[in-house]
Amino acid sequence: MATTSKVIVVTSGKGGVGKTTTAASFATGLALRGHKTVVIDFDIGLRNLDLIMGCERRVVYDFVNVINNEATIHQALIKDKNCDNLYILAASQTKDKEALTEEGVARILDDLKKDFAFIVCDSPAGIEKGAFMALYFADAALVVTNPEVSSVRDSDRILGILSSKSKRAVDGKEKVKEYLVINRYSPERVEGGEMLSIDDIQDILRIHLLGVIPESKEVLHASNNGTPVIHLKNSDISESYLDLVARFLGENKPIRFIDPEKKGFLKRIFGGE
Amino acid sequence: MSLMDVLFGEKRETSASKAKERLQIILAHERTSLHDGRANFHWLPELQKELLSVVAKYIEVDQDALTINIERRENIELLEINVTLPEKD
Repeated sequence: MATTSKVIVVTSGKGGVGKTTTAASFATGLALRGHKTVVIDFDIGLRNLDLIMGCERRVVYDFVNVINNEATIHQALIKDKNCDNLYILAASQTKDKEALTEEGVARILDDLKKDFAFIVCDSPAGIEKGAFMALYFADAALVVTNPEVSSVRDSDRILGILSSKSKRAVDGKEKVKEYLVINRYSPERVEGGEMLSIDDIQDILRIHLLGVIPESKEVLHASNNGTPVIHLKNSDISESYLDLVARFLGENKPIRFIDPEKKGFLKRIFGGE
Repeated sequence: MSLMDVLFGEKRETSASKAKERLQIILAHERTSLHDGRANFHWLPELQKELLSVVAKYIEVDQDALTINIERRENIELLEINVTLPEKD
């Protein structure tokens, strides 16, 4: 077993904040950096990671099939179309979330640790079984947060669960490493006082900031095409994900794309969009 | 904020600062009231150790002479520190 293999959950509590988008680009980024990576969809019954990764037509066996011994892990793993080092394990579309048992998930993660350096768990929204199983075995957590009150509150809630209910917490081991990912950030709106700033969010959540992903129209194009946004060339959003991955791997990179675009002379005097 | 706002606008409270304030209040409450909230008192054993070492600088006490406890009731949190002094011979 590779002793260095790490389980990372991408979580948030709230839905629609960009967990799957982040999980897809984060896992892709790790693979692009040469690390053998698998990304698992824990959203049983509502799988979507396959669509974001563009492999929806190649799903034969899923996570629950492997848990129920109806397929081997190697039959269920889907090789990514763009990266050699990247594999996807799809969620089941038919079963319910009770199909995820602690023993079953533990067995599969242990199996995957033999082959993969990073195991990225894409959590469903909420704090029920699927979300709980996604974070239970985590060594690290990317907490995806939008600069908005309900998302920040739910992130705080998830951080409470990570520090009290995760396996590391229950076993009294070193705590899960918590990383903040601020997603859909709009520097212009922050400057106008209508959006929580990076400092505001950090003041409240008090965990290490791993990256700030700007609000971007490219995300929709990327999901339309089934290609994780990190693959885009020369765009703010792909660059910010590449930086985020580099920081996760221990590199020192300043946070970029957090200053508002320079406004024209008249706008600076009279205001307005 | 534009120059016009600075010169002529009344000093307005932005909605972002309102959001931050509301979050700080509600989360302070939820962190301690939820059983799996973020206020886990992980620093308690360390505090106990340090307090004991301070007491031991002045008084000869046993290793278990100092106990520490946190109690949560409806609206208050109570930090209870108990030091048992050695009996006089």
